[in-house]
Amino acid sequence: MGRKLLLEHINVPGINTFQVYKEKGGYRAVEKALKTMSSDDVVEEVKKSGLRGRGGAGFPTGMKWSFLAKPEGVPRYLVCNADESEPGTFKDRYLMTHIPHALIEGMIVGSYALGANTSYIYVRGEMMPQIRILEKAIAEAKAAGYLGKNILGSGYDLEIYVQPGGGAYICGEETALLESLEGKRGNPRIKPPFPAIAGLYGCPTVVNNVESIAATVPIVNEGGEEYAKIGIGRSTGTKLISASGNINKPGVYEIELGLSVEDFIYSDEYCGGIANGKRLKAVVAGGSSVPILPANLILNLANGDKRLMSYESLSEGGFATGTMLGSGGFVVLDEDQCIVRNTWNFSRFYHHESCGQCSPCREGTGWMEKVLHRLEYGHGKMSDIDLLVDVSKKIEGNTICPLGDAAAWPVASAIRHFRDEFEWHVKEPKLALERNYGLAHYADPIKIAEEV
Amino acid sequence: MSDKIKVTIDGIPVEVEPRTSILNAARQIGGDIVPPAMCYYSKLEGSGGKCRTCLVKVSKGSEKDPRPMPKLVASCRTTVMDGMEVQNITSPEVIEARKGVVEMLLINHPLDCPICDQAGECHLQDLSYEHGAATTRYEFDRRTFDRVDIGDKIQLHMNRCILCYRCVFTADQITNNRVHGVLGRGDHAEISTYIEKAIDNDFSGNVIDVCPVGALTDKTFRFKNRVWFTKPVEAHRDCPTCSGKVTLWYKGEEVLRVTARKDVYGEVEDFICNTCRFDKKSTNDWVIEGPRQVSRQSVINANHYDTLQPLPVIKKNPELMQANKEQFERATKF
Repeated sequence: MGRKLLLEHINVPGINTFQVYKEKGGYRAVEKALKTMSSDDVVEEVKKSGLRGRGGAGFPTGMKWSFLAKPEGVPRYLVCNADESEPGTFKDRYLMTHIPHALIEGMIVGSYALGANTSYIYVRGEMMPQIRILEKAIAEAKAAGYLGKNILGSGYDLEIYVQPGGGAYICGEETALLESLEGKRGNPRIKPPFPAIAGLYGCPTVVNNVESIAATVPIVNEGGEEYAKIGIGRSTGTKLISASGNINKPGVYEIELGLSVEDFIYSDEYCGGIANGKRLKAVVAGGSSVPILPANLILNLANGDKRLMSYESLSEGGFATGTMLGSGGFVVLDEDQCIVRNTWNFSRFYHHESCGQCSPCREGTGWMEKVLHRLEYGHGKMSDIDLLVDVSKKIEGNTICPLGDAAAWPVASAIRHFRDEFEWHVKEPKLALERNYGLAHYADPIKIAEEV
Repeated sequence: MSDKIKVTIDGIPVEVEPRTSILNAARQIGGDIVPPAMCYYSKLEGSGGKCRTCLVKVSKGSEKDPRPMPKLVASCRTTVMDGMEVQNITSPEVIEARKGVVEMLLINHPLDCPICDQAGECHLQDLSYEHGAATTRYEFDRRTFDRVDIGDKIQLHMNRCILCYRCVFTADQITNNRVHGVLGRGDHAEISTYIEKAIDNDFSGNVIDVCPVGALTDKTFRFKNRVWFTKPVEAHRDCPTCSGKVTLWYKGEEVLRVTARKDVYGEVEDFICNTCRFDKKSTNDWVIEGPRQVSRQSVINANHYDTLQPLPVIKKNPELMQANKEQFERATKF
């Protein structure tokens, strides 16, 4: 049984209300931070904890906070990125729906640490119920004196506002989010300058994921060193994983980083194995934008060791044999699923969500989608497969924001690992429309290269 | 000037003011090491970074931090650091990436140059000539739009647009009210006016000059002539609203069109007003200064195709000479 820090009280009835949350030890972190710690102490604790950004990139949160410019007389902002729209990821929505106060408490602690007096939670437009839940939670916290002027007599003022977005995936990119928050078209900005120097309204800003902000609560409560003991290596603490796909128990799970992937998929505590007694074919380990891996590579590393759920272990082997933890959207595909169709579906998403600002992503995502559509519906050509690889290479790394990379990686990795399935779609177009390629050799044990 | 900083672009050192962009540093050197720019426009604040044709490789970040930058960077929006070393045409990676970008720009472009008024002074045409492939790998329908008249003098031909945002910045910064912008997202994004509203103010005609392709064209010049049959002449008049410094494009005795004076990178010296642009099309309105010098490479200087070979460069630069040699070999194949 792994430790639960964020979802410890998830099953307590009424945990979404201030009253119950407080009874279960909520808002201790605010009291501890505001009464006994300076803002630099809080940043120091978060640094010690080794907490890494939970939104996808995995950048150390404490480092991000310490980079914030602090010019005199200029306001600073903490912005919470709740524009969670990656296919396969739904952990933030779950957290906000059931324990909204964990986010509010984290926002207070984080804002105090950064010296921000106004903070924003930018919520994706489709999540209207969550917006209402958060607004209610803010009102409750305010009524109890944890928000507003002179919080708990410490002389620290803070207002939190919830801002609904328009439902664009691109607004999850931090600079596009800031543009959108300012009321403009959600186009990513060209960096530098980074938001830590010039962010919201040109002021120093930190943008953090919902889960990262909520994770600062246990860090302040228990101390950064204590938090760093959980997990493995540089992947410290616990992580929410949104498990979905062909598994017996889909849902949001809190895991200690370092759990093996095999345990996560097959143990009854988590996913409970593949549904309907089927066999595992492939896994998208961190939300749609990370490379897809076949069964043999997701369970084991290229050297035969077990792959673990951690930032390092999942990315072991680079893009040749590895993937990324990303935002923790764990999508499991069984032997009946078609990789080509899955890739086309992801590609369609990126085509739809590209902002259209820079040319490789604007034109390339549409191109890839059309070629994949053709392959899936039996009109493909053998040269299409190499064309897709080439187009994805031309998008990757040449765009303003990471959406281009996110669109290119799933396509490139699907072809890297499942090339024969793509070729089968070209060779047997009629058959490909009737049935799926099946498991083939994707779960066979990998041959381990002998050390020379 | 001790506060100038030194950068090296393709092996050529240059000293520039701090906070200069790599692109502008390269323009101070000049010649063929200048990265192409489709969206950057030095007179428009905030432009650039979108088209990705000006990508360069930074092989040494600065004197203090010599690490190379991990990705190719947009030279128009990256400022130089002291001791920075940049590779443009000497890096195969950059050439490859640029080829990719040009291909992307062209997949939805109609390539209707034979009937496009911009042909001959189109940056996309130059770019494709230099970096484009002979055939397309794109086998789908291109996106199409209807032609729209925005105002009585300007026509928007959205099919040709590469979404550089220059005209949007122009309307924001030169005129006092912008009524057009980018609508939609991704590859269905388009430049448009809200509810077919006409663009109507004194400086609206400048969007024609800033457009790098033939998406925004002058209706008073439309289909009148090809630019390489017209003769550019510099002229000025005493205009109450603008500087009045223009280029007149003559065919015989007749002034076919009036544009602002564009430099070698297609950027205007001064923005001009609509009166000068659209209404003063008679020699009597103008004080003629003399013929306009046009780059010898330009097709406007027709029949000078021998200048296809690269421009002469500083002899002390073996890297660049090698690159030029390769380019020359490529060029002579045609």
